Amino acid sequence: MSVLTPAKPETRPGMPEPARRRRRLGPGRPIPFGAAIGPLLLLALWTVGSATGWIDSRTLSAPWTVVTTAGDLIADGRLQDNLAVSARRAALGLVIGTVIGVVLAVVSGLSRWGEAVVDGPVQIKRGIPALALVPLLILWLGIGEQMKVTTITLGVLVPVYIHTHNGLRGIDSRYVELGESLRLRPSVFLRRIVLPGALPGFLLGMRFAVVAAWLALVVVEQINSTSGIGYMMDLAREYGQTDVIIVGLVLYGILGLLSDGAVRLVQRRALSWRRTLAD
Amino acid sequence: MATHAGGLTAAPPRTVRVERLVRGFGDRTVLHGLDLEIADGEFVALLGRSGSGKSTLLRALAGLDRDVAGSGTVLVPENSSVVFQDARLLPWQRVLPNVVLGLRGPDADARGRAALAEVGLAGRERAWPNELSGGEQQRVALARSLVTEPELLLADEPFGALDALTRIRMHGLLRELCARHRPAVLLVTHDVDEAIALADRVLLIDGGRIAVDQSIELPAPRSHRQPAFLGYRESLLEALGVQEAGR
Ligand SMILES: Nc1ncnc2c1ncn2[C@@H]1O[C@H](COP(=O)(O)OP(=O)(O)OP(=O)(O)O)[C@@H](O)[C@H]1O
Ligand SMILES: [Mg+2]
Repeated sequence: MSVLTPAKPETRPGMPEPARRRRRLGPGRPIPFGAAIGPLLLLALWTVGSATGWIDSRTLSAPWTVVTTAGDLIADGRLQDNLAVSARRAALGLVIGTVIGVVLAVVSGLSRWGEAVVDGPVQIKRGIPALALVPLLILWLGIGEQMKVTTITLGVLVPVYIHTHNGLRGIDSRYVELGESLRLRPSVFLRRIVLPGALPGFLLGMRFAVVAAWLALVVVEQINSTSGIGYMMDLAREYGQTDVIIVGLVLYGILGLLSDGAVRLVQRRALSWRRTLAD
Repeated sequence: MATHAGGLTAAPPRTVRVERLVRGFGDRTVLHGLDLEIADGEFVALLGRSGSGKSTLLRALAGLDRDVAGSGTVLVPENSSVVFQDARLLPWQRVLPNVVLGLRGPDADARGRAALAEVGLAGRERAWPNELSGGEQQRVALARSLVTEPELLLADEPFGALDALTRIRMHGLLRELCARHRPAVLLVTHDVDEAIALADRVLLIDGGRIAVDQSIELPAPRSHRQPAFLGYRESLLEALGVQEAGR
């Protein structure tokens, strides 16, 4: 090297800043509050429809009626009480279902015998909707909390199991080989390679699981229940109170959205090492 | 490199002993009764055509071929470690946890930091593997292999994916590290120059056996300009069946 050219400045005036360049493939940069746009659009449609009389208030109460009804329900404490009961059921079912789902996935993912024993029953359960199991569970467990939480647990453990198991089986065999060459103890292998490797699958399963928890909740609360949002809605049906039903529905929607958002937040934090199409 | 295993010395201590090793896939035998010995602290390079069974032999020594049919004796130290062609870092762990993955004990992190400093990556402990260049990743992998102070280092084309300049740097680093820690080394490579530059002994695998066993006696620093270097090179290339252009 005999001729050295002076270093050129990285960015010249008139050139687009490097950070602003957009990837040509892939969905592009994230939109701020992008997740809120779809629901807000739906809300706008509903408002306009009710204001113009295009939506009959007996079919679907107007948004402002729903808001005042919600206000009334909060004022007399019914909303909070029922929400607390529902949230407790959902949370309990979610936690128990997640733990069982993960344990089953690990057992069936790491051993052929485990898979032979566990996988079939879970796949069978997968084909049976929660609603179909309720009559049997009522006979076994009565109509109390135990039956409700059990139904939710069963709904939750299936997606957790399926996606965790899938993630676990998808771990690159090269990492297994690495673990073997380092002579890792099984517990270290599980903690450092298997579980983190299955984490993306597990978190995807959790996104399905939170929705499954709320769905199962709806089912159990509309059958023989004396508390909870579902019960509140069922009661409203008997009295023909559309607005209360809508409040319940909106509540379910918000809860579903919030819990999914929470899982996605965890997902982004926990998987920050990943570079994907969306980044 | 002082401890050459010359032909006449009375049996020096052996780190590796392989006898009548047979390995095959299906009805195709890749290794036909291969014998191999590596002395303590000896640096052995293994050459051979593509498909000649270099990786098969190395995986047998590493104990990674339990599902492969075969027979024979393989005696290797319990404490040996492998460097793969890809750095094979866990993408979900930062650099330091990757280095100390196989370590136990309270001083693991300190030893990991020291190993990283040795490969010139002090200060990168908290980086994610995908934030590192290919050469840096391979240096982390080297640190991970050496932090356990192995008696035997098995490396399968560890520099195969690196550019020529980075390769030369890595040669210097590897030589330095091996001089300090003195593990026995089996380095699989495609590159005749790499083999001559680094090894005490170059083996050539052909027909499922060791076909050439060539001690390399060159004063350090070894360079492509030494006439003896060129001599080794020519004979090894000839054994590999390569005709060099312009000769
Ligand atoms: N898992 C496997 N299943 C079937 N055949 C295999 C397997 N691994 C290796 N072989 C065969 O064994 C032979 C030796 O393979 P090996 O990987 O040891 O070659 P190599 O010398 O390392 O080649 P290269 O220099 O290209 O890496 C090849 O013909 C290959 O096709
Ligand atoms: Mg190979």
